[in-house]
Amino acid sequence: MKIVVLCKYVPNATSERKFVDGDHTTDRVGVDGLLSELDEYAVEEAMKIKEAGDAQVTILTVGPAAAADAVRKALQMGADAGVHVVDDSLHGSDALATSLVLAKALEKVGEFDLVMCGMASTDGEMGVVPAMIAERLGLPHVGYLGDLTVADGTVTGRRDGDVATEHVSAPLPAVVGVTDQINEPRYPSFKGIMAAKKKPVETWSLADLGVSPDEVGLSAAWTVVGSVAKRPPRGHGEVVADAGDGGSRLVEFLASKKFV
Amino acid sequence: MSPILVLVDHHDGAVRKATTELLTIARRLGDPVAVVIGHGAEKALETLGAYGATSVVVVDAPDIDDYLILPRAEAMVAVAEKVQPSAILLTSNAKSKEIAAHLAVKLGSGIITDAVDVQPGPDGPVTTQSVFAGNYSVQARVTTGTPIITVKPNATTPEQAPTSPSMETVSVELSDLARTVKVTERAPRGRTGRPDLNEAAVVVSGGRGTGGDFAPVEALADALGAAVGASRAAVDSGWYPHAFQIGQTGHVVSPQLYVAAGISGAIQHRAGMQTSKTIVAVNKDEEAPILQLADFAVVGDLFTVLPQAVEEIQRRQG
Repeated sequence: MKIVVLCKYVPNATSERKFVDGDHTTDRVGVDGLLSELDEYAVEEAMKIKEAGDAQVTILTVGPAAAADAVRKALQMGADAGVHVVDDSLHGSDALATSLVLAKALEKVGEFDLVMCGMASTDGEMGVVPAMIAERLGLPHVGYLGDLTVADGTVTGRRDGDVATEHVSAPLPAVVGVTDQINEPRYPSFKGIMAAKKKPVETWSLADLGVSPDEVGLSAAWTVVGSVAKRPPRGHGEVVADAGDGGSRLVEFLASKKFV
Repeated sequence: MSPILVLVDHHDGAVRKATTELLTIARRLGDPVAVVIGHGAEKALETLGAYGATSVVVVDAPDIDDYLILPRAEAMVAVAEKVQPSAILLTSNAKSKEIAAHLAVKLGSGIITDAVDVQPGPDGPVTTQSVFAGNYSVQARVTTGTPIITVKPNATTPEQAPTSPSMETVSVELSDLARTVKVTERAPRGRTGRPDLNEAAVVVSGGRGTGGDFAPVEALADALGAAVGASRAAVDSGWYPHAFQIGQTGHVVSPQLYVAAGISGAIQHRAGMQTSKTIVAVNKDEEAPILQLADFAVVGDLFTVLPQAVEEIQRRQG
């Protein structure tokens, strides 16, 4: 069985995230970055499939040079190989262009049974790229899986939707997305960290994928950002220490705002 | 006026509040055309008319509920080809965002997700999004194709504008691919008797400080007619179901009032509630980051402050 896990290198949410002056793109260079936390669940689930049977797990990412760190982390968790699509023309690509590049890269990877993804990135949080890839490749897609089983050429699982829980099945090859409820991602072990140093990581350019630079990047995006404004910090409100009347004072405040 | 497609989010014809918000927004942009997929269109008609739908398109594909996302995207393409809308609006939820993603590729159109406001502009609809845990506000628009915009619940106050919509049925031939992902079982979430978390005007949430006892949180929620939420710490401890998690990996809510009880306010949680209009916190720890965000905060024990608040609300309401 061959599994490709899609990973994204994102700015760390606990440090200051910002936009590049001038072009309003997410600053991915001047900030502290890492493997998107939600992608770790997809890597972990791939490892579980590998450990339960036999699977070759490849990590695929599109991103700047530093995105190699995200691939490395996934390899340390136990994935077998990595592919990093890196090209200066990709700067500012929208979700549609990103999905095009990932779809072309998957075609170049060749045979696979499962493409696994997290439920969304922790920076853009759109959660649309997996469905776009499936659409481009003509593959079945199931997102938001809270558990999954692969057997007899079929993936089945529980999809945790907004208002209902659905049990779903799809034939392989398929694109699946998993939630943060599906497992508890492992920390890389010392052995895993050492082993990752010897694992192969290929670097592909757009030319390798047959994608023209005109099809990607900021100038090819089908959306445009008009303005970006930092939200003024919330005004410091009133803080009272409970002196036996905390509940009443809380209700007084709520009443002043007409909530009671 | 040009047609604006609105995908109706409903359960057997019961239209969700978020759809009435979409219709209200659609009226700013053009003539709202409501698309109903699945059973119950007749029942939905009254609500859709009340909120200004000028026409209602019913998709006839009897077995569509047996499959997941793609059939709905194919149905929307069929309707879009017929109606030629100048924009397509969907609710920002898991299902509709996936439908929107398929649509964007199929129609060759730009997509914007999670808008908290949409206004008409000289070059098409202008969206406002709240990004990076609510720290930035971004205005954007689609430049290519038919703008596909998913809008977060509570983006606007639904306003009625009664019409008598015309109704027509469009038949859709599903592709073989659309029938590959089968739904073998569907169980609606258990009803709590409380408002839906994403749509509630007031949310009361509990965190680590509850120690697993959500009774005071639920009591205050009920006194305020609110939905109940939980922090990731509370959910990970198994104290409250994941379906109620507020935060980056749970629900991102933006109610009129958010009450955080026993929640420290880690970035992960703030990302899910920071854009609430009014924030109130109750926490034992005067150093808790949530106090920085709160419009009003009580430093104290939630197990005494919350019950007293409930009592006071009941006293005032007689």
